[in-house]
Formats: sequence, C-alpha cells, structure tokens
Amino acid sequence: MAAPKKSVVAKESGQEKANGSPPEFTKAQELAALRDMLLIRRFEEKAGQLYGMGAIGGFCHLYIGQEAVVVGMQMALKKGDQVITGYRDHGHMLACGMDANGVMAELTGRRGGYSKGKGGSMHMFSMEKNFYGGHGIVGAQVSLGTGLAFANRYRGNDFVSLAYFGDGASNQGQVYESFNMAELWKLPVIYVIENNRYAMGTSVTRSSAQTDFSKRGASFNIPGHQVDGMDVRAVKAAGDEAVAWCRAGKGPFILEMQTYRYRGHSMSDPAKYRTREEVEKIRTDQDPIEQVRNRLLAAKVSEQELKAIDAEVREIVNASADFAQRDPELDPSELWTDVYR
Amino acid sequence: MPIQVLMPALSPTMEKGNLAKWLKKEGETIKSGDVIAEIETDKATMEVEATDEGTLGKILIPEGTADVAVNTPIATILADGESAADLGKASAPAQAAKAAESAPPAEAKAEAPQPKAEKAPAALAAAVAEPDPEVPAGTEMVTQTIREALRDAMAEEMRRDPDVFIMGEEVAEYQGAYKVTQGLLQEFGARRVIDTPITEHGFAGVGVGAAMSGLKPIVEFMTFNFAMQAIDQIINSAAKTLYMSGGQMGCSIVFRGPNGAAARVAAQHSQDYSAWYSQIPGLKVIAPFSAADYKGLLKAAIRDPNPVIFLENEVLYGHTGEVPKLDDYVIPIGKARIVRSGKDVTLISWSNGMTYSLKAADELAKEGIEAEVIDLRTLRPMDTETIVNSVKKTGRAVTVEEGWQQSGVGAEVAARIMEHAFDYLDAPVARISGKDVPMPYAANLEKLALPSVAEVVAAAKAVSYR
Repeated sequence: MAAPKKSVVAKESGQEKANGSPPEFTKAQELAALRDMLLIRRFEEKAGQLYGMGAIGGFCHLYIGQEAVVVGMQMALKKGDQVITGYRDHGHMLACGMDANGVMAELTGRRGGYSKGKGGSMHMFSMEKNFYGGHGIVGAQVSLGTGLAFANRYRGNDFVSLAYFGDGASNQGQVYESFNMAELWKLPVIYVIENNRYAMGTSVTRSSAQTDFSKRGASFNIPGHQVDGMDVRAVKAAGDEAVAWCRAGKGPFILEMQTYRYRGHSMSDPAKYRTREEVEKIRTDQDPIEQVRNRLLAAKVSEQELKAIDAEVREIVNASADFAQRDPELDPSELWTDVYR
Repeated sequence: MPIQVLMPALSPTMEKGNLAKWLKKEGETIKSGDVIAEIETDKATMEVEATDEGTLGKILIPEGTADVAVNTPIATILADGESAADLGKASAPAQAAKAAESAPPAEAKAEAPQPKAEKAPAALAAAVAEPDPEVPAGTEMVTQTIREALRDAMAEEMRRDPDVFIMGEEVAEYQGAYKVTQGLLQEFGARRVIDTPITEHGFAGVGVGAAMSGLKPIVEFMTFNFAMQAIDQIINSAAKTLYMSGGQMGCSIVFRGPNGAAARVAAQHSQDYSAWYSQIPGLKVIAPFSAADYKGLLKAAIRDPNPVIFLENEVLYGHTGEVPKLDDYVIPIGKARIVRSGKDVTLISWSNGMTYSLKAADELAKEGIEAEVIDLRTLRPMDTETIVNSVKKTGRAVTVEEGWQQSGVGAEVAARIMEHAFDYLDAPVARISGKDVPMPYAANLEKLALPSVAEVVAAAKAVSYR
C-alpha cells in the first residue's frame, strides 16, 4: 500500500513526478469527495444489513474500503465519458450519479430497480449516466469497455471510457486481447485495475507472476502507473493524467489502483485467507474516508459541517432501504418482457 | 515419357478454375519450383509451380480459358532427351502441380472445403421452388453466387446506415478469407472495414461493447468453429444484457460466418452450431439455403435491434441462385418457406440440409411419393406454424440436418410436431442427422458421417410405411 507512484513508461507519458503527496484538493473538492465516499460506504453497510435480513439475495459484493478509487476517477471525467465494471459495482453506480433508490431496489429485486429487478447486484445499467454495467463474468467488461472506446473513436468524439477490473480479472486472456487491440487502434480507454490484493480468496502473490499490474500493458506499449488507491487526491491526479492521454488520441492507459476491501469477497466469505490484524491495520492507517476527514478537520472545517454531510448521506441511504423494501415485486408478466426488442 | 501437368485443386472447395496466364512458353526450360501459370479460383489468383524438370512441350489449355475442371491436363513437360515427337505418348499423369498462393499464405483456417457428398445445384432448387410470396410478380431476377449476395447485402446496409461496420479476421485487405467481403474495403475504407488480430474472444467483446453504445457491428468469424472462443461474449454479454438491464440496454449486432460441416477439414473445423445458438433466448438464429434468402435475411439481420447469429455454409458460397433485383430486398426473420409442395410427407430442413432434402424429394417423386420440403431459414424464432400446418396435411415428417442428433434442432422440431400435431401423425417423426461422432478426415468416413440423400429417402419411405 501507499507505494510511491511509479511511471512504467515514463518517457512516453512524460508525467513522472517526484515522490510525495499528490496535489492538494480545494475545500470544495475535499467535501465533495468525502460526501461521495461516505454515500458509498453507508450504502454498502446498509446493503450488508439488508442481506443479513434476507431482503437481498444471491451474490452481494461490497465495495467498502475501495471508495476513493471510483470517487477520484469520477472527478477526472466529463459528462459523456463512459464507465463499465465487473460485479463489485454498487460504488461505481453511485459515483456515476445513479439514484440510490434505484440501486437498492435492484438489490431487493423490485420493480423500481435500475433493471426492473431482473439484473440484481451484478447487472445494473444506466444509459442516462453512461454507466454500462455491472457485468458478472470476470474480465468480460474489459473487452466491452474497449468496445465503448472503439465506438468513441468510430464516431470521432473525444469521450473516454473507463474499464474497471480487479487483480483477479487481470489474469484473464481477453484482457490482453483487448490491450492489444486498444493500443493497435489507439482507443481512448483507461484500464483501471483495482488491486485489492485478493481475487476472492487467492492473494495476488499466489495468483500473479507479475504483481506490478501497471506493467501488465508493457508488452503492448501501454503506459501505466501504480497509484495509492486509498488517497482520493492521488487517484484524481492519476485519472487526470490518463484522461488527458486518452483525449489526446494517444491510446489506452493503465492505472493500477492499490486498494483494499474490508469485507469478504461476497457476503458468504469467511475471509480465512487473511488476518483480522491485516484488515484492522489498513482501516486504522489508510482509510480513504478518514484521510479526507482528518485533512478537513486540520483545515478547521467544523465537526458540525461534517456531521451534516453524515446526516444527509444517512438519510439518502435509509430512504433507499425503505423504498427498496416497500417497492412492489415485479408483475409476473415481466418474466416474458425484455428478451427481444 | 512426357509428363502431363494437371489443373490443380487449389483449395478443398475448388472444382474448376480459370487459366489466367501462362508464364512459360512452349520450348522453355522448366525447373522444379518455377511458376509456370496463374490460375483464378473463385477466391483468389494462385500461382502454379512446376514439380518436374524439363521443357514445356505443349500448352494444352490456352490462357484465358474459363472453368477448367480440376485434373484436366493443361500442359505437357518433356524430360531430357525427349522431343515434340514424344508428345503423343504422354499418359498416366503422375501428379498435379503444386500450388503456392501469391497472397499471404492461406493456412488451414482460410481454406474453404467442399462437400464430397452432394452438391446443391441452385438450379434444382429453382426448378422446383414455389413462387416466393415476398417477391412481386414480374420482378427482374439476377443470378448471383451466395458469396456475392452476402457481399451485396452488407454493402447495401453500409450505404444505408453509417453506424454499420464490419470487423473480423482478413475481412479488409485480404478481401475475406472466403472472399465474402470482397470490395468492401475499397468502397467503405478502413474505418468501417476492420481487420482484427486473431483474437475471437477479444474482438467479439469489442463488437458487443460498440453495439451497447449504439453502433451496429457485423462481426465475421472466419468460421463458427473459432467462435467457441468468443461464445461467452455472444451469450453472456450480447444475448442477456437487454433482459438483465430491464430493457434499457440492448445490442444490435450480427455475428456471421461459415458454420457446419465443410469437407476434409476434420473434427475441429466441421461442427454445426445450429442447436447451440438456437437454444439461447435473446439471440435470433438464421441459417439460410438459397442465394435470395442469404441476401434478404442478412439485410434483415443487420437491421434487427437484437443480436443475430447468421450461420452461413462454406459449401454453398460458390453456388448460384436467382436474387430479386429490388432496391430493398429484406426478408422477415422467423418465417419458414415451403420450397416444394407435396401431400405425402414433410421434409424439414435448413442451410445445407436442404441439399439432401431437395434431392430426396426428386427421388421420392420417381416412386410416386410427393414430399413437401420446408426450408426453416430461421431457427430462432422457429416458424412452428408452417411446420405444423404441413404435417397436418401430410401426417408424416422427416427432419434433415448435418449437426448431431442429440438435443439437435431436429429433436426440437419433432417435439413441436408432437405437441401441436400429435393427432395428425401417421408415423413417428424421423430424424436424419450427422452421425454421433467427431467429423473424421478420411473421405470415405466423412461421407458416412454426414447425412445422405439415400438416408432421407429411406426415412421418408419408412414413415410412409413403404
């Protein structure tokens, strides 16, 4: 964790910076980041509760601990840029501006869910917010996200697509097929590798011959950085650089976000593959939300102002939980709709 | 004794070719490996190398001759010490000349095989075909190969809609491994006719992603055998996303390419995927037989807002048929066609299975059995009504497919007949299919592994108790 940012293809990207703190945020940026990360954390905690109550079924993969990654990246994007990810996707949807009610109601499988309850935790989409899912097959979103970039290139616009995937998906073959085409055709896609150290229960060192994921595009000449994914400012700065690279038509960029998930892989994961102390240490020393909160307090922002943000977020989350449990189930006729259009 | 040079077979499908050019003159010395002539096949222009040394004694087929059959003697080579006087003695051609392609080497992947068993003469289909209800009377017809019909369908749709593009291996500069995309690069440019690396899983996913953002890709697989690498993206991403998104996000995309048994390319290159794809809700699956259907249905597939699997047949690419000369010939997906009317037994088939069915119908007619032949054309959604109505009339049915029998499309057709026309059946439905083995390479075994006209005839007679 907190490894210094390294530039793998420094000469090409021309952006190697001295080790040290990332550029400071303005107070407004700090507050916005805090609010968005808190929303994700409180939402995920609530989803975990509802799962325990049996209101949410199936698989449910929580994003707690990794909030700085999507929030920082989102701050680097502009309207029209696209986002696609795998199954640990609730945080990405909220960061894209999707409505908490719609996400939570999808988790409970109700008609007000983003997919009318037909997709569930791993399969939600919003054309309006340029969020392309939510994909349950590990690695599939990498080719799909490359296809979104292909479409941008085809149309001649300057939008960028973000394909998020994990350290586990990084070992899938189609990731490299996609890297090859993306660099060959100079597609504007940022591959955001969320390295949370464990592919389900298998640690990076037990699954990966090359554990520096920023180098995974090296044989295709794709530049990459390792980024402290627990520091939202570092994420945003790396995102800015990668977005500029892509918008300038220079092709794809890889960002390895070094992050950590506090909860198990899914709700049914006893997490025997790591120690309680390991999790506690990261929570204590590097929590992405506490980092921002501490900076804001040091900058003399009042406890009261921070509490107001807390309260606003809790209200949104509680309302989404109420909505998701009150919203009616689907009409049985919906079984047969949306197969074809 | 002088050596005869024979017209070589330059691909598994080639039966004849044009002698484009002689590069050696009579009397010239020839060394083994010299390029002596150029031959045009329907797929490419190839160079013919000499395999023997000597002097080019006599050119038997002048340059510019079209449709020279494989194994026709095209020249005679005189060995040392032989003279023109020996020419008459030439006999027992030892071996055909060896061919080397002038273009990038076409490996096994790029070779299109031809069935040894039965060839589907388009004339046969045309001779017996019921009038096509979709074509207005008096429409001018153009004779085209299926390859050309496919190319025209894509070109017309690309002219009509700037969001349509084609990607795949060798579709652009090579002009198509089977020449189906010939000329598209020249007309539409590299932005819309895109050569991919050999990376089926990856480019299928890129195509689906592009479709999710609203483009209309045509993804060509060099053959559907290679699409097994990509089947996760086809099924999990393309077919299911509309449903999983509650109707919000769909995928208008065509996956097309040759499918099914080829000839002499063995098990890994000879599989029929009709049953695989036709099982998947969210996909439409089309497998035409006639040139007109290839064109009209491919145009419909490209316009369809859903993912469409368009199964072609290598064996049929070079076959010709009558295609209506209409500005916009689009055939509705999901409609079978009664290609031949009859009252005694219904033969139900699609794609190259139609070859056996139509020939069998001819044979049966000689014995006084009038077979009705249905070309399903679309496998999903399946036109149950046309099948059931026919069986209600004939009381007997035989399905004919090149794919395997277990869980095959024929099994599905038989089940539907049982569900909807049980009381009309005078005999159990019979299924003719590929045999339950991987496709063998050996010519005689391969022939046995595929259906035959004789099997269809026997099955039709059996269900007719004759």
